[in-house]
Amino acid sequence: MSQMMEAVERRRALHIRRRKTTNTIMLSLTGLLTALALVPLFWIIGYVVVRGGKAINLDFFIHMPTPLGISGGGVLSSIEGTLVLIILAAVFAIPPGVLAAFYAARYPNRPLGVALRFSTDVLSGIPSIVVGVFVYGLMVVPMGHYSGLAGGAALAVIMLPTIIRTTEEMLKLVPGTLREASLGLGAPEWKTSVSVLFPAAANGILTGFLLALARAAGETAPLLMTALGNERFNLGQIVLGGLQNHQSIFVIVGRIINAPVDSLPLALWKYAQQPYPERVEQSWGVALVLMIFVLTINISARVWAQGRARKMRG
Amino acid sequence: MSLPASTLDVARKVSANMTMEIMTQMKHETDGNAPVKVNVSKMDVYYGKFRALADINLDVREKQITAIIGPSGCGKSTLLRSFNRMNDLTPSCRMIGEITLDGENIFTPGVDVVDIRRRVGMVFQRPNPFPKSIYDNVAYGPRLYGVRRRADLDEIVERSLKSAALWEEVKDKLHQSGMSLSGGQQQRLCIARALAVEPEVILMDEPASALDPISTLRIEELMHDLAKEYTIIIVTHNMQQAARVSNYTAMMMIDDQRAGRMIEYDQTQIIFTRPKDKRTEDYVTGRFG
Repeated sequence: MSQMMEAVERRRALHIRRRKTTNTIMLSLTGLLTALALVPLFWIIGYVVVRGGKAINLDFFIHMPTPLGISGGGVLSSIEGTLVLIILAAVFAIPPGVLAAFYAARYPNRPLGVALRFSTDVLSGIPSIVVGVFVYGLMVVPMGHYSGLAGGAALAVIMLPTIIRTTEEMLKLVPGTLREASLGLGAPEWKTSVSVLFPAAANGILTGFLLALARAAGETAPLLMTALGNERFNLGQIVLGGLQNHQSIFVIVGRIINAPVDSLPLALWKYAQQPYPERVEQSWGVALVLMIFVLTINISARVWAQGRARKMRG
Repeated sequence: MSLPASTLDVARKVSANMTMEIMTQMKHETDGNAPVKVNVSKMDVYYGKFRALADINLDVREKQITAIIGPSGCGKSTLLRSFNRMNDLTPSCRMIGEITLDGENIFTPGVDVVDIRRRVGMVFQRPNPFPKSIYDNVAYGPRLYGVRRRADLDEIVERSLKSAALWEEVKDKLHQSGMSLSGGQQQRLCIARALAVEPEVILMDEPASALDPISTLRIEELMHDLAKEYTIIIVTHNMQQAARVSNYTAMMMIDDQRAGRMIEYDQTQIIFTRPKDKRTEDYVTGRFG
C-alpha cells in the first residue's frame, strides 16, 4: 500500500518538475521573441536618429533647398508641402468618412451598410501606387498638370478606410442606452447623434483621424503621380506675395493647391537616389524629420486621448 | 422531504405578516379613487411574427406608483417601453390595440412622439448619464424644448436636482462630469434629467437593480416623494421593492405560446396578501420566479 503511494508521489513530483521546466522554456522563448520583434523598431529609430542627426540643424527646417554645392539648404518646401497635403487629405476624407461610418454604425444590416463595410476592407487592401494611378487618371490628366490638390485627393483615398473603420467602431462602442436616454427625452434622431452620440465617441474618433493623418503623411507612392514633388514650392512666398498684391483668399488658396508640391517622403526618395554624398546625407535628415513628424502625431494622439478619457471619467 | 401542511401555513402567515409590516412603512398613500392617467386596452405587441405581449389591459392611476412584476422574459420591459413608444426604436416591433394618456390614444398616427416622450419620462436600469457635466445633463431636455436663457436653465437645473434629492451633494460641482458621480448619484441624476422636462408620467425600468442597498433605499424614498406630483410606473424583479414602494401591482406571466399576459392587477396590498390567482400567490410568496 505504502509502496504504491510512494510510486504515485514520485510520479506526481516528476510531473510537476516537467511542467515547471516546460513553463520556463516557453516563457523564455516568448520573452526572447518579443524582444526580437521590438528590435526592428528601435533599430530603425536609432539608425535614423544617428545618421539623420548629422544632417539636421535649424537651417534644415527653415530654409528652402539650395542647389548642389551650396551649403546651408533645408527642406522647408517638403515640410510645407506635407502640411498642405495632409490638410487637403483631411478636408477630403473626414466629412464623407465620418458620415459613411455613421451610416454603417446606425444601419449595419442594410444593404448599403454591408456594402460599405465590405468595400472599406477592399479599399484598405489596394496598393497605394494604384491609388496614385487612379487619381492621376481622374484629376491630373483632366487638369493637365500635377498638383497638391491631386496629391491631397490621393492621400484622402488612403485615409478613408482607416477613418471609416475607426469612426464606426467608436460609434458602436457608445452604449445603446445613452441613445435611448436622449430619444426618451423626446430628442430627435439627428439631435441625439450630434449632441450625445458623437461627443461620447469623440475621443476615439479624433484619435482615429490623427492616426490616419500620420499614416498619410508617410505615404510616397500615391504622390509620385499626383503631387509630383516641387523643390521650389514656397508657401510663404505664395501667401505673402498674394497678400501684397491684394489677392483674395480664394486666389491664394487656389494657387497653393494648384501647384505641384513637395512632401517629406518624396524628398527622401529623390535625394536618396542622387549620386551626390551631400544629397544622400540630406535624405537621412529628411528621414529623421519625417519620423519625428509622424511619431509626434502618433504619440500626441494617444496621450491626448488618454487625458480626455480620464477627464471624462471625472 | 416535504414539510407538514401546518408548517407551510405558519410560514405563509409569517411571510404575510412581514409583507404587511413592510407595507405599513409605506409613505405614499394609496388612493382607490385616483383618476385613470394611462389606460391600456387590448394591446398586443409583436416582434416580427412573435407575439411578445397578448391582450394587455391596465388602468394606471394618477399620482400613484404602479409596479409591474413577473418572472424574467414575461414582457415587463416591453410593456413599460410601450408607454412612451420607445418600442418604435425596434424596427421589427409592432403594436396593436391602444394606450391612452389622459384619454388620448398615443398610437394615433397624428400624435407627436416627441410630445409623448416629454410627457412620459423614462429612467433606465443602468444609470446612463450623458458624458457631459451634471448641469448639461439636466439642462439637455429643457434645451431641446427651446429654453435658452441662462437664468431659466439655472432654475430648472436646481429645481430638478432638488426634486431628485441630489442638489445638496452636487451643488458645488455642477460643472463636473456626470460620470464622476457614484452609481446611486448617477441614477438620481438620470431622474433629475427626466424631471427637468416636467413629465406627467415617469417610467422606471428596474431603476435600482444595478445599485447597492443604501442607494436603492434612497431611490425608493425618492419615488415616494415624487408620487405626490407624478404618476410612476416601475418594473421590478424585486418583490420586496414592489411591496415597499407601489400602490398598485400588475402581475405578468408568459402563456404557453410564450406571450406575456397580465394575470392579475390590483392594489398592492391585495396582490401581496390575498391574490385571486394562484400563480400570483406562488410568485409573491417566492415559490417560483
